Amino acid sequence: MKILVAVKRVIDYNVQIRVKEDNTGVVTDNVKMSTNPPDDNAIEEAVKIKEAGKATEVVAVSIGEEKAQETVRKALAVGADRGILVKTDGVIEPLAVSKLLQKIVEKEKPDLVFMGKQAIDDDCNQTGQMLSALLNWPQATFASKIEIKDSKLEVTREIDEGLETIEINVPAIVTCDLRLNEPRYASLPNIMKAKKKPIEQLNASDLGVDITPRIEQVKVEEPPKRKAGIKVTSVAELVQKLKNEAKVI
Amino acid sequence: MSVLLIAEHNNKELRPFTLNASTAASQIDNDVHAVIIGHNCDEAAKALSELPLVKKVIQVEAAHYENFVAENFAPVIVKLAENYSHVISSANTFGKNLMPRIAAALDTSQISDIIKVIAPDTFLRPIYAGNAFATVKSKDAKKCVTIRPTSFDPCESSGGSAPIEKADPGEEFVKTKFIKREEVKSDRPELGTARVVVSGGRGMQSGDNFKLITSLADKLNAAIGASRAAVDAGYISNDHQVGQTGKVVVPDLYIAVGISGAIQHLAGMKESKVIVAINKDGEAPIFSVADYGLEADLFEAVPQFLEELNKLNTIQK
Repeated sequence: MKILVAVKRVIDYNVQIRVKEDNTGVVTDNVKMSTNPPDDNAIEEAVKIKEAGKATEVVAVSIGEEKAQETVRKALAVGADRGILVKTDGVIEPLAVSKLLQKIVEKEKPDLVFMGKQAIDDDCNQTGQMLSALLNWPQATFASKIEIKDSKLEVTREIDEGLETIEINVPAIVTCDLRLNEPRYASLPNIMKAKKKPIEQLNASDLGVDITPRIEQVKVEEPPKRKAGIKVTSVAELVQKLKNEAKVI
Repeated sequence: MSVLLIAEHNNKELRPFTLNASTAASQIDNDVHAVIIGHNCDEAAKALSELPLVKKVIQVEAAHYENFVAENFAPVIVKLAENYSHVISSANTFGKNLMPRIAAALDTSQISDIIKVIAPDTFLRPIYAGNAFATVKSKDAKKCVTIRPTSFDPCESSGGSAPIEKADPGEEFVKTKFIKREEVKSDRPELGTARVVVSGGRGMQSGDNFKLITSLADKLNAAIGASRAAVDAGYISNDHQVGQTGKVVVPDLYIAVGISGAIQHLAGMKESKVIVAINKDGEAPIFSVADYGLEADLFEAVPQFLEELNKLNTIQK
């Protein structure tokens, strides 16, 4: 079994997001970037499956600017065997990403494609489902448990009402939830080893996919600022304010 | 052209967010048609036809629609979408799972999780977990949009009498099989939709101390939340996590106990209507978003809070 894992480079989740003064986007210059958190879960799961002897190869792929290579490299450092970077400039929408991934899938012929359920930058939550539609493969989104049973997967999904279990045939797409596993940290020797692992570089323009954005970003603004309220001096005052002023209890 | 709303239901009843999605759909165009796909779902279809905002109901029935598998639903909606300018659903796990499959098949760039309709092609949506708001305009002929339920009021649920048309089912997608659903049966409201949320942070100091949070939540009929720090410290399971990497909540009342207010936590709760912070560190960032801040030791303040609540004649549920 071969597993392809898609990883995205995003602003680190601990960074305070700042909107650009000209309202064209958010500030990304000199800002710490990391792997999209649920993509770390996707890599971890693929590596665990390989360690359990149920997969033969884990390939990490990222789509983005040159620097997304660091994200692929990190995936290699936690156990992926080799990497692919599809270079693009500017904004790339999930529909375009899924079309590029479709091309990579056609070339690599993986049995499974894993990725995070959602990227924490654009919060779209689309790419996995779109890719599975384009390939006409089964999809298991928001996965919190994956069991491999021959050529089938039993996946537990996190849904609003609780948990849902489905069985899907391979080949399939799985989008990973944060509760799927505990991503490991890369050890120093593995970081060194990862430097020697190959990363194939491709240009999005060479893959024959129209990636022109279909959505115009008119403007990006700060959310309405919440002004700090008051400090109360006692619990009695707090309860009185909640009851009579805010009227919420 | 008209708007096609995808109804969410359990084959008996409509799920409540269908009402919020109807409101959003009607703000795009008055001519809202709703599709309900299910198995033995006549009752839910009837309820849908009674929403005054819905002008027509399209009911699609087959055994393989019983469990809402997206691979079965998407082709039905893609076929119906021919006659519509927009396809709308809620941005909950139902809509998130389904809509991109439809959008990709229609070759449309989906717009997820909108909080406002500015024009039929222009929407406001939060990005970076609500740390920025983007105004986006779709250039696609057909638009697939998911809406954040808590940003739209539920519509009236009775008084309408839309005609119910039946449409032919599609084939079953045999490579995906539903096995089971385990619904969390709890007397406590669900974190994502609760009117009141009480959350604890690292200041709780132990999992055992979370019982203070539980008692307060019991008293207020609240859901229980937690900061990532509390989850990482093992005080509580991660399905309670509020924040950028957990759940985003917008209750009427959010009570943060022993939470300092890391950016990633604020992203998940700062849209709440009223925020209360209880923390012994007067400089904690949580106070910058709190409507009511109480600088106090939580181990004294929470028991007092319970006592004060006991003195009240009534507590809103």
